[in-house]
Amino acid sequence: MADMTEQEQNLVNWLADMNEDDAFALAKKMLLEEKVNPLRVLELCRNAMDIVGKRFEKGEYFLPELVLAGEMLENIGAIAKPLIIQAPGEAPKRLAKVLIGTVHGDLHDIGKNIVTFMLDINGFEVKDIGIDVPVKTFIDEIGAFQPDVVGLSGFLTLAFDSMKETIEAIKDAGMRDKLKIMIGGGQVDETVRNYTGADAFGTNAVDAVSLCKTWMGVAA
Amino acid sequence: MTAPQNNVQTPEAKAAYDARWQRIMDCVNLKQPDRMPVTLFATFWLAKYGGITNRQLMYDYEKVKEIGERVVLEFEPDTHSPMVLQCALGPSLDKVGFKPLQWPGHGVSDTQPYQYLDREYMKADEYDEFLFDPTGYYLSKYLPRIAGAFEGLDEMPYLPGLHYLRMLSGIIPFTNPRIRESLEKVITAAEEVKRLNDHQFGFIEHMKTLGFPTSYGTTSIAPYDLIGDYFRGATGMMKDLYRNKEKLLLLLDKAVVFILRQTISAAKQWNHPIVFIPTHWAPDAFMSQKQFETFWWPSFRKLLIGLIDAGLIPMPLWESDCTKRLETIRDVPAGKCIYWFERTDMVKAFEVLGDIVALRGNLSPSLLTTGKPEEVDAAVRHLAENVFHKGGKLILDAAFGLPDETPVENVRAMYTAARKYAG
Repeated sequence: MADMTEQEQNLVNWLADMNEDDAFALAKKMLLEEKVNPLRVLELCRNAMDIVGKRFEKGEYFLPELVLAGEMLENIGAIAKPLIIQAPGEAPKRLAKVLIGTVHGDLHDIGKNIVTFMLDINGFEVKDIGIDVPVKTFIDEIGAFQPDVVGLSGFLTLAFDSMKETIEAIKDAGMRDKLKIMIGGGQVDETVRNYTGADAFGTNAVDAVSLCKTWMGVAA
Repeated sequence: MTAPQNNVQTPEAKAAYDARWQRIMDCVNLKQPDRMPVTLFATFWLAKYGGITNRQLMYDYEKVKEIGERVVLEFEPDTHSPMVLQCALGPSLDKVGFKPLQWPGHGVSDTQPYQYLDREYMKADEYDEFLFDPTGYYLSKYLPRIAGAFEGLDEMPYLPGLHYLRMLSGIIPFTNPRIRESLEKVITAAEEVKRLNDHQFGFIEHMKTLGFPTSYGTTSIAPYDLIGDYFRGATGMMKDLYRNKEKLLLLLDKAVVFILRQTISAAKQWNHPIVFIPTHWAPDAFMSQKQFETFWWPSFRKLLIGLIDAGLIPMPLWESDCTKRLETIRDVPAGKCIYWFERTDMVKAFEVLGDIVALRGNLSPSLLTTGKPEEVDAAVRHLAENVFHKGGKLILDAAFGLPDETPVENVRAMYTAARKYAG
């Protein structure tokens, strides 16, 4: 971060330290008064989110910080994004595509949303197709989005069978060899992974990011 | 408070009832029972066992009682859960117009369980209003938001200030047709809930005559979970740890007072000393230890102590993995609580807490739903050998009751193994 001005460094630090009020005021000033390039502000936000992610991995931050970080990013993004005049080639490069959804029969989404956020700030292009997702919808969405990884989320024990059915359908559709499948949720473990036929399981958002990075050959 | 009133018919049933209850109380009192007690906690698994849909289970009081009795007689657990209250909620939910839940016929299919909708039922800028007047907040804001029957009460007159003759003009809003309609709907719903409770009371009494006590009377909730789950919603609450820290701490302290009043009153109504407290936001992964010790534990400990002082036996279910919390939650008087663990390693829990609390749990849901009977047998043996026979006052149960999909042969394996390895 040696190439940052003091002001830019402040923005990164305040975001990473959960100093929401100061960070938001500064971002707003930079964007609306000083007319700083919105892409630069968003880049600083990503730098801050990298720090947040690392602190989460180290066990210094937990869910409250991820949620607040997500909200801060969203609020700054809401001001910055309309100001962007997109130039060709300026879109950030994404590591890989991840399709994620809560399997059919299960309406829970808190864990899935946090995984989506963590993957997004770690450079993945994530498509979240919601909760209670029928098997056919997964198949259709995989066909259209062509993800590298599919994440199946579920909190209830009924999700074990829903995950198994979804993975079998992916196999039947001839898509299984082209992608990795991870499952996640409060009740999943190695027994469930084996039962469903997934490639891996995770019980938190760090696991999901590590799995995707490993599969994509990116240093985790 | 004494043990549940013993109202059995035969001396044999009375002896069996007393022996079963004694096993539980021995565990609570940190004495070694004559054998490891095994408890039954079943909700929608009853539908699987009885060959009916979840929807039928939610709407047919008699069916729940009939299946519940068959299950109890087959497995002969030391205690059984309040199955009617947990399952046959459909008519009551319909009549009160309950919004935060989706249940068979109302948002989910006939074969799915009911599921809670995590939403923001209290706005971030409503802390002051809630803190100033919790009753007024419940009446005019919270209850109308969660239940259709209460919707008209959002126009209730503000009662503080209706002093002396001022009261006369102050009650004019009660002529409001919306308020009147609401009150009528609430009364109709209350009559249905009374029927539900009467069925549960009847079931409890009948089970007593057969020799089987209930595992708990009423439930309670951690103050943090109350505000997080049922008012602010998960993400709202997490942001409040930063944005509304001081007000949240004040509200948590205030919530202890009204949760205690509610719980002690309900425990008296059910005449049962054990209070089941499912906890949601305590797990290691959900917040830092510092946040746990600032926001979660202090108000919960006050609740536990308040219940203990009232002669009750708190039975928190520590959801998910709470290994890092074990040293902190040790700070309760010895021989007064049952700690039920979901994913926390029971051997570790025993090592840290074995001289302080009875333990309950914790066969994993994945094992019970997808494993073979011999694997269930091995898991029970592990707990018997490494916890119960080493002096742990363990009440055997699944991690969070029987998962709905558990094959019946795995439940049989669980009970058979408990008798085989620990009496």
